[in-house]
Amino acid sequence: MTPEIGHFALALACVFAFTQGIFPIFGASRRDMRLMQAAPALALGQLAGLVIAAAALVHAAVTNDFSVLNIAENSSSLKPLLYKITGTWGNHEGSILLWCLILGLCGGAVAVFGRNLPTGLRARVIGVLGLTAAGFELFALLTSDPFTRIWPAPLQGQGMNPLLQDPGLAFHPPILYCGYVGFAVPFAFAVAALLEGRIDAAWGRWVRPWALVSWCFLTGGIALGSWWAYYELGWGGYWFWDPVENASLLPWLAGTALVHSAIVVEKREALKVWTVLLAIGTFSLSLSGTFLVRSGILNSVHSFAEDPGRGVFILALLGLVIGGSLILFVWRAPAMAPSGLFAPVSREGMLVVNNILLCAMCAVVLTGTVFPLFAELVGAKISVGEPFFNSTVFPLAIPLMLAMAVGPTLSWKRAELMPAFARLWWAALIAAAVGLTIAIGWHRILPALAFMAAAWIIAGSAAELAERTLLFRAPLAQSWARAKGLRLATWGSAMAHAGLGVTVAGIAGMALQSQAIVAVKPGQVTHLAGYDWTLDKISTVQGPNYVARIATVTVAHDGHVVAVLHPGRRSFPLEQQTTNDTSIRTNFLFDLYSAMGDESGGKVVLRLHFNPLAPWIWLGALVMAGGGGLSLVDRRRVRVGAPARAHVPAVPA
Amino acid sequence: MAEPEPGLARRRLLLAVPLGIAGLAGLGSMELLRRMRNGTYNPHAINDPRIGHPVPDFSLPAQPPATRGFSSADVMAAGRPILINFFASWCVPCLQEAPTLMALHDSKTIPLWGVAYQDAAPAASDFLARNGNPYTRLARDDTGTTAINFGLYGVPETYYIDRHGIIRWRWAGPLTEETGIGRLHSLMAAYP
Repeated sequence: MTPEIGHFALALACVFAFTQGIFPIFGASRRDMRLMQAAPALALGQLAGLVIAAAALVHAAVTNDFSVLNIAENSSSLKPLLYKITGTWGNHEGSILLWCLILGLCGGAVAVFGRNLPTGLRARVIGVLGLTAAGFELFALLTSDPFTRIWPAPLQGQGMNPLLQDPGLAFHPPILYCGYVGFAVPFAFAVAALLEGRIDAAWGRWVRPWALVSWCFLTGGIALGSWWAYYELGWGGYWFWDPVENASLLPWLAGTALVHSAIVVEKREALKVWTVLLAIGTFSLSLSGTFLVRSGILNSVHSFAEDPGRGVFILALLGLVIGGSLILFVWRAPAMAPSGLFAPVSREGMLVVNNILLCAMCAVVLTGTVFPLFAELVGAKISVGEPFFNSTVFPLAIPLMLAMAVGPTLSWKRAELMPAFARLWWAALIAAAVGLTIAIGWHRILPALAFMAAAWIIAGSAAELAERTLLFRAPLAQSWARAKGLRLATWGSAMAHAGLGVTVAGIAGMALQSQAIVAVKPGQVTHLAGYDWTLDKISTVQGPNYVARIATVTVAHDGHVVAVLHPGRRSFPLEQQTTNDTSIRTNFLFDLYSAMGDESGGKVVLRLHFNPLAPWIWLGALVMAGGGGLSLVDRRRVRVGAPARAHVPAVPA
Repeated sequence: MAEPEPGLARRRLLLAVPLGIAGLAGLGSMELLRRMRNGTYNPHAINDPRIGHPVPDFSLPAQPPATRGFSSADVMAAGRPILINFFASWCVPCLQEAPTLMALHDSKTIPLWGVAYQDAAPAASDFLARNGNPYTRLARDDTGTTAINFGLYGVPETYYIDRHGIIRWRWAGPLTEETGIGRLHSLMAAYP
């Protein structure tokens, strides 16, 4: 019975979504207050339906209801409880439901937190979100129903891809989807602004927190995915320029540009048309990312559903959402007069440079991802791999990182470069010293450049904060007072910038890794990166739903044991699959990384890595997301975002 | 409303560029989906430059129970499309695909030529005795040189060769109803 309730709730949510899309937008164009006021309630109704549907699916998974096709195909009673729950979104149908649920949450959030928005704008934003959600919910109902029953019900489910039975990956989709789908809100704001034909500073102020939240989630989601690839796949890498990874990187690049250009709209009422286009573009890239993954058009280790029939539906949906908004853009945007002039050397100017470089990177990655596909249409077979991306993205990233430290020190409207350099000279000195050390010590140019850039960004962020607090130039007490008075947004942006620096340092460190793939017998020693890696023994361990072969590798330095690693391989008999358990020992300066390969003739293949600064890659992403969060909770933003409250007469007690 | 400003039309043209790009991408994706549906495009196919080219030159010795092996000249001389299947007795997925291959053999859809890949001759013939021998012709590749020339990823792997001896399709991994047999008919129609 519960699955039917879930199915019904999903259908109900779809109906709510359609009404949420139609009535408020119609009401806003007719200036009908009642229709506009209905928007929040409809959005919450849709959300309620989706919550019930998702709960019903989780219930079916937890109670092992194998009469539900989706549960029978993806779950089994042997699976640990955590993965029964998280497994509901580990498959196509469930992930679409999760997608809808998060879109519903976005609508609900605008309904609840958007009370200060002008009624017309709020109605249109919620309406656009409703129309988008309606399309996806229809997709779920018509082609990807998670509640389909089978009869006779099997006694046991087929289990879940063991590769996905991992805590890192279990929470990866919700976080990533919050990022992907969250950009629906800036998109809805952009479309609403086009419908209204008006964009002002207030619009920028409203749109930016939403973009920032999504950006934080997307940053976290990408980092989590890359961390998973690092420790679970056992290939020793963390980023493979895989189409699915690119599909998450593209909206991140566009979203980063959006977060920055929205500042210019907010402060200076410039770049308005551009920001609207970025908002549309970011969400379009998120949607296309899903489309590319879900339809199986892109060949990838990640895609778990491929079905051309679904692809046609999604393509039509994309055509409606992206095409519709871009047509509206062509129709309405040209009339939005540009205002807020600024000199090339100014904060705005630097933010424009930021946007150009980020969008160029986005365009390069997009080209590299889809060009092989479209080349096949005209009969050419082209394979685009890591060398292409590395050689095109890095030349764009270096000037971007140079500009990152300079931008925040410039003033709005018109600025001088010399004072900025006067403040940053010591950051430049540190960067040059770090770069030279690496270049001389390791004889590698690219990592040295990257380390230099990382030091430059981190030191630049520190210089920015030191300047604002007059550190070392005023008495410490005064600096402390200034530091406390500094806007959280300033701390946030410095932190986010420094976070990127940390990530870049990690990436550069990984470029200096040493690795070896060896076939060894127990007792044999491998020398790598100044360490002695001894294979002690290989043992067999019985798990709840798998059998594991586990190697014991002792790592010693100058005769002292520094780590005992246990890389292994788990075979899941039910799923007929094997997964790697890498074993990693980190001290946050380097990782000792080991993965186990095939066994034959008493020998086992070991993959051993010495990865300098590897944890910094994900640590930096956390710092970045934290910086975004800090900027988000800036109380001044909240106050400015609620101008109407000041005029509300006090309610008599 | 204000009267139309000069330059509005030009701006509109400029702002239509994203729409144009999105439209082109949409048309391209539609075409890809159409090809996926009629089977002429497979996103999971390994991007392989050998497809569309003749089989590499080779001459392989016999694998018992067969008494003579085969060579690229035999493939050319076959005069009809064939499947070349690389297998080994030590390979678990080969065991998995054995029933599918037997069914294919019984259906007489297309001749199946087998190559035992880096395997001991008795082990391979035991494997065939246990699981059935679906192969019309059988050869063995001890050194793996021929496999390298084919661009083998691993066993099992199957190649569709048309009657002119040109490789038209490959499948790395076990053949099942979904992963290849279903596509065989459209392949045979497209490349007789």
